[in-house]
Amino acid sequence: MSTINENTVLVIDDLKVDFATNAGMVNAVKGVNIHVDAGETVAIVGESGSGKSQSMMAAMGLLAQNGQTQGSVKYKGQELLGLSSRKLNQIRGAKITMIFQEPMTSLDPLYTIERQLCEPMVEHGGYTWKTARKRAVELLDLVGIPEPARKVKAYPYEMSGGQRQRVMIAMALANDPDILIADEPTTALDVTTQAQILELMADLQKRLGMAVVFITHDLGIVERISDRVYVMKSGEVVEEGDTKEIFSKPAHPYTRMLLDAEPTGRKLDTNEDKPVVLEGTKVRVEFETETGFLKPNHVLRAVNDISITVREGQTVGIVGESGSGKSTLGRALLQLLPNADGRVVYCGNDISGWSKRQMRPLRKEMQLIFQDPFGSLSPRMTVGQIITEGLLVHEPHLSAAERDQRAIQALEEVSMDPAMRNRYPHEFSGGQRQRIAIARTMVLKPKLVVLDEPTSALDRTIQKQVIELLRGLQKENGLTYLFISHDLAVVRAMSDTVMVMKKGEVIEAGLTDDIFRNPKEEYTRELIHAAVLRDDEAA
Amino acid sequence: MSVTSAEQSSAPVMGRSLWDDARDRLLANKAAVASMVVLTVVTLLSIFGPMLSPHQFDTVYRDYVKVPASLESYPRLDQIEPGFESVAKRARMKVESYAMVDDKITATVTSRRSISEKATRYFDRSDLFEGAVISNISADKKSATVTADVQRMHFYFGTDANGRDMMTRTLIAGRVSLTIGLLATFVAITIGLLYGTTSGYFGGKVDLIMMRVVDILYSLPFIFFVIMLVVFFGRNFVLMFIAVGAVEWLDMARIVRGQTLTIKRQEYVQAAEAMGVENTGILKRHVIPNTLGPVVVYMTLLVPKVILLESFLSFLGLGVQEPMTSWGVLISEGAKNLQGAFWMLFFPALFLTSTLFALNFIGDGLRDALDPKDR
Repeated sequence: MSTINENTVLVIDDLKVDFATNAGMVNAVKGVNIHVDAGETVAIVGESGSGKSQSMMAAMGLLAQNGQTQGSVKYKGQELLGLSSRKLNQIRGAKITMIFQEPMTSLDPLYTIERQLCEPMVEHGGYTWKTARKRAVELLDLVGIPEPARKVKAYPYEMSGGQRQRVMIAMALANDPDILIADEPTTALDVTTQAQILELMADLQKRLGMAVVFITHDLGIVERISDRVYVMKSGEVVEEGDTKEIFSKPAHPYTRMLLDAEPTGRKLDTNEDKPVVLEGTKVRVEFETETGFLKPNHVLRAVNDISITVREGQTVGIVGESGSGKSTLGRALLQLLPNADGRVVYCGNDISGWSKRQMRPLRKEMQLIFQDPFGSLSPRMTVGQIITEGLLVHEPHLSAAERDQRAIQALEEVSMDPAMRNRYPHEFSGGQRQRIAIARTMVLKPKLVVLDEPTSALDRTIQKQVIELLRGLQKENGLTYLFISHDLAVVRAMSDTVMVMKKGEVIEAGLTDDIFRNPKEEYTRELIHAAVLRDDEAA
Repeated sequence: MSVTSAEQSSAPVMGRSLWDDARDRLLANKAAVASMVVLTVVTLLSIFGPMLSPHQFDTVYRDYVKVPASLESYPRLDQIEPGFESVAKRARMKVESYAMVDDKITATVTSRRSISEKATRYFDRSDLFEGAVISNISADKKSATVTADVQRMHFYFGTDANGRDMMTRTLIAGRVSLTIGLLATFVAITIGLLYGTTSGYFGGKVDLIMMRVVDILYSLPFIFFVIMLVVFFGRNFVLMFIAVGAVEWLDMARIVRGQTLTIKRQEYVQAAEAMGVENTGILKRHVIPNTLGPVVVYMTLLVPKVILLESFLSFLGLGVQEPMTSWGVLISEGAKNLQGAFWMLFFPALFLTSTLFALNFIGDGLRDALDPKDR
């Protein structure tokens, strides 16, 4: 384990962060000690709410108005806490720089990349505008943006998410920092882009010799790039040490839990001989956008002639990056999109093009679960009302007491305390909310459930619990799942067959094990490589 | 799943709704709470004040035209003797001796004509005296003794140009203004909410047509519209708030439609659609409750707007008619009599502005309370 020595550039000693809120003081960080040596990569790992971001924000003097800091933060022996913002700015943004999670909102849409790159160099770095422009092109080249001389004149909206994150990195590198703090820099990006950005950061660190502090919840990333790890839980560092040691011999139970949180197990019975529940033939969805008066409309083909067969008790995984059309396909199969073409047969009935009224009796059997557990529950209704809403439609003869009884059963089915049914969604955590959303579909006793990224917004440990729950429900009730996700680890753990989608087309499809062991297409191989699957051998 | 615990159905925990949270935040806002107190006081005064007041809102006191606001009673001491003499003169009598003890006047009067006991009506008709008695009428009926009590009255807000009590009139005007404000707002909110949610939720051609109708109504000149209504239906209290409400719902409809457009893309609405919930159910359970936040805020800002509109119409003579009155009418009269009778403007204006202030502060407080992120 490394100790503080002459190479240490940043020492955080007994740092405490408190927030004054309406509900009293909240201790977000309860005395953490972190040090960073020159040129090393330190990862701070923890689930949401563990205080990992807040401790670095506090060290940089970037806390929200109601935050208070205690302790000591020293950069090369100089105390940073309590420094005037003018003096702090000579270090912050020059010697210690940060990049954030959201590349979409971190750049000002009104200015060119060049302008935004040059401004801090002119303000802090003593560059003239002319030299700064030259340096801007060099920086873009450094972070691997093609045609830097042309791209430097571009506006942020002309770039993809990955390119914007590269620009953010270029900005952070502009004044030759000693420390680069990266706060979940790849979380908002697709897996393949994520892999590229990580490679870039590792490469830059080797060439420029700066220290990198990597704040993340993703252990796959940590194992791949960091030298040392701090594991944080509810405002405290519970374990620290070399990455290899921590991954091979985790000492703290929380660390072990995090490491075990990778969804494991496989679905064993593939049910290839069971009757077909849902069959889509040449499903096509097109969106038209108006380009202007008298001009032909621009047609975007989100789903292009996809055929799919889902058998009873099966789980069909649909994998793809954002924009691949996987969610659109799921909604089209449920007849929730008015502009879908193609033939969809559900249990022998051709339901393609059925009206809302015709579909209503079938809605009970075909359910949809959403990604965002914060958006999919109406904030003004109690949990009980949310769960039983479907019963109002499909079993209108039930009395209020009977509906309440069904809500209790449904909550118990998803292992939640039924006494909570009069509470409102905002009083629950993300994982609990997703359970409520699952209870809402289970109360109707469906046959087919389309799961649209049901675990993507959740922490890994919670993800694992939700997956266990979904598996249990499937086994108990003989459910058929259509599982849509960009997370290959989850899809591998859940599904019998997998479809890989890209730009509205199916690239590859087959049994889960076949696809993960011998991917035939280049794109599939790329996805699997980028996903940093940890237990490849467990298959 | 365990069946046993489902049977016992343990006592459910009550949750805190977003409304509960908002109420707490609102009650923590000092300006909003003070405004609510002010508004409650003004409302209660307007409802019960005229009942408790000794004066009717339309009683004319000819002897007290434009008397200033005062905590002391009328008539004033120096007013009594000249007042008594002028009444006697009107009764064609001459005051020979005059004495006042404890608000009781005793005077001997002479007249060239014969004095009859009926002459007391001259004294009783005056606002200054009551209980007049004529006694000791001499044999030639040329002289007599008159006793009368001084009638004590209070005009805390003064009187207007017709000698009517301003306090009672201000409170009666408060009734009218607040009623119009609330009813017209209610009409506007109801129409706007239903129209806006329908238009926003169904979208497409329905939305297009419904919103163009709103655009057309927007282009109608408001005053012209009101004059037309008055021409067809005559001047009428009910007409006032129908007219105002019928115009003000346009804004409401647009606000609600915008809200609905964002709400219908929320996943909980999609989830309800995927469950097969009918349109009315989605509107009733999901869309309308979630638009209510901005609607409530807009409502508190609409009430003062409507009160001002009513004042404006009354100012033009299209609103409520004498002797009924509203704050707008009182203020317009007060403005005419500003020189020499400032109280005619001051008190109605004080009530109107404090009500408007209070409503605006409550609106601000509600907005902060309902949407703490936007602060």
